[in-house]
Amino acid sequence: MGIERVLRHSAWICWKDLLEFSRSKLRVAMLIIMPLFMMMMVGFIFPSGTTLHDQPIAVANLDSGATGSSYGSTFVASLEYINNQTHVMKLSDATDFDQIKTQIQDGTLVGGIIVSEDFTWNLTHGQQGVIQVVTDQSNPQISSMMQAVLTGIVDSMGSQLAAQNLNHTYNISLEQTTAMLQPYNIEKKGIVPGDPNYFEFVAPGIMAMVVMMSLMTGLPHAISYEKDIGTLDGMLAAPTSRWSIILGKVMAQTTRGLIQGFIILAMSVLLFGVVIYGSILLVILLILLTVFSFVGLGILITSFADKEETATMVMMTLMFPMMFLSGVFFPVQQMPGFMQTIADFLPLTYAANAMRKVMVLGAGPGPIMMDVVVLIVFGAVLLTVAVPMFKRAMNR
Amino acid sequence: MSDIAISATNLTKKFGDFTAVDHVSFDVRKGEVFGLLGPNGAGKSTAIRMLSTLSAPSEGTATVAGFDIQKQDGKVREHIGLVSEKMIMYDELKARENLTLFGKLYDIPSDLLAKRIESLLKFVRMEQWADHRIDTFSTGMKQRINVIRALVNEPEILFLDEPTLGLDPQSTAEIRELVRKINAENKTTIILTTHMMTEADMLCDRIGIMDHGRIVALDTPENLKKSVTGTDSNLFEFEIPNLDSDTVSAVTALEAVGSVVRDDPTHIKVSATGADAFDVLVDTLRKKGAKIRTVRNLEPTLEDVFLKITGHEVRDAPARAPTSHNGGHGPWRPRNRVR
Repeated sequence: MGIERVLRHSAWICWKDLLEFSRSKLRVAMLIIMPLFMMMMVGFIFPSGTTLHDQPIAVANLDSGATGSSYGSTFVASLEYINNQTHVMKLSDATDFDQIKTQIQDGTLVGGIIVSEDFTWNLTHGQQGVIQVVTDQSNPQISSMMQAVLTGIVDSMGSQLAAQNLNHTYNISLEQTTAMLQPYNIEKKGIVPGDPNYFEFVAPGIMAMVVMMSLMTGLPHAISYEKDIGTLDGMLAAPTSRWSIILGKVMAQTTRGLIQGFIILAMSVLLFGVVIYGSILLVILLILLTVFSFVGLGILITSFADKEETATMVMMTLMFPMMFLSGVFFPVQQMPGFMQTIADFLPLTYAANAMRKVMVLGAGPGPIMMDVVVLIVFGAVLLTVAVPMFKRAMNR
Repeated sequence: MSDIAISATNLTKKFGDFTAVDHVSFDVRKGEVFGLLGPNGAGKSTAIRMLSTLSAPSEGTATVAGFDIQKQDGKVREHIGLVSEKMIMYDELKARENLTLFGKLYDIPSDLLAKRIESLLKFVRMEQWADHRIDTFSTGMKQRINVIRALVNEPEILFLDEPTLGLDPQSTAEIRELVRKINAENKTTIILTTHMMTEADMLCDRIGIMDHGRIVALDTPENLKKSVTGTDSNLFEFEIPNLDSDTVSAVTALEAVGSVVRDDPTHIKVSATGADAFDVLVDTLRKKGAKIRTVRNLEPTLEDVFLKITGHEVRDAPARAPTSHNGGHGPWRPRNRVR
């Protein structure tokens, strides 16, 4: 059977599938809404430093002070001054640790700052003044973020005080004190312009994932559904290659995946300020390669599953680990070792990685060669296993 | 050119331990309507699936339209049309779109296909429904489109697997009429399966009776019926309001009596031999105190043929219920045609 004939038949089957799909307005609407929701979700669900503001924090100034002056009050005043500029916190007064504790338990506070009793005495006697930062351990994300913010503020207030002391006591210029107190200065420099943005991290991975999902859920569903309702027999009894049936279905599912992929791309650029540095053509080729690497798995599941429901269940079971372990939402590097090992065996890891390199870092074909090779190997191995299985399944 | 359309030799299909079709051999002549008759689970559908290349035989072989079903499956497919137990149609597509898709899978050029679809639609009087979606049709209309779908490639051989299953009486009559018309006008060889005796009797030139995967009898309907009655055997149906099992066993014990079937509490069918068979029967019944309300002398039906050959009724469940294999349909579980 000629290749041209196989392609012609698969085009007709693809036409049929898409026509059938387009007959339900709700399905078409969902095709568009799904990627929109996906982007909104991942875009706004994760907290970032800039999103924290007006967090309720209580200050307990226990400093007994010294005659005429209290460094504790000065500290609180400067804290208020800094906060008036950033509005990260919403400050209130507290009498002691126990009150702060009660209020954190109530949920009216997310943290507290306690200026110790001997604060002024310590500072005037050549010792460190102690500031305690109280955090809400039940909310680790906010807790660690508040801890970082407060530590930063307290640190910089400390350095300022130290600089003033050095300036007064030893008559050293302010520039020199900075060099003495902070001998290292960190300058951030990315390889492309602009600040890193979570969308830039997540958008390429989501594109790869949506195409994968569309194929992985769509293909076994499409084939086993037709097997269930009996229409597959009509195609199998016609002089049509088994390849045409698979290929036609893959083409239809890929088209759907691509539409969703491009909605995500357009949204990232238009709504979330993602800048694409690489070539769009390379992005499309990568998406097609992603499809190739997953087709075998889809066919394999189709061959094993006797019914549509089974296929869907197997699909869901496999898809979740793939979504979360392949570095689409969370960087692979921050996972525990054994999970990183699992991620190494998931094609989506490589697809997301390559997409990110091309889209965010503007990489050409060279740097992604390794990912491309791995994807091709995945696809080839899975297809080698899947095709004989499929042929056998169709001929039972 | 031989006049054989289908020739099956020792065709066998096993699903694990269960033998759905057991060394079946038969020939179907060109232009003939050949029926496979038997209860559900007898192996009719499996036989059709093998002949239409959807399922590979475990043993044996067959040629369809002169081609081997395994070695030349592509060639076989070009020459057959299939109406299977489940409707082969996409509900959300229009009638014409369905026909176009399947026509294109047979590589029919567009202009020829368009003309052919038009004449097929006219053939079943559905031309005004061509551009309506299948899911807006009644089951009878769907089945008419489904049948002409199997005709888009002008097949030499048409397989009809339970073509009237799940249809109302009017649609059933329509489809039967259609089968006759296809056979008469296009000289299409038709092989159809059914579990309905009347349908097989009405439509088929020859009938193979299947039971437990075997063909247990194969002949014309007339000859099959003659084989039951013999020369002087008659079938009587008695309606007896006070019928009891004692009476039934008394009748069964008579020498002249061949078989007795108690259809329902008040009816029995008795086949009896001999010139005085009727008198003997009535005497026995009266002696047992039975009040005979009506008596009919029945022409033998295929039902009786089946009963005589297999020793059980068509409605009977198969003795070895193949529960683990979807009723002998392998991985394809039969589903009601109406969906």
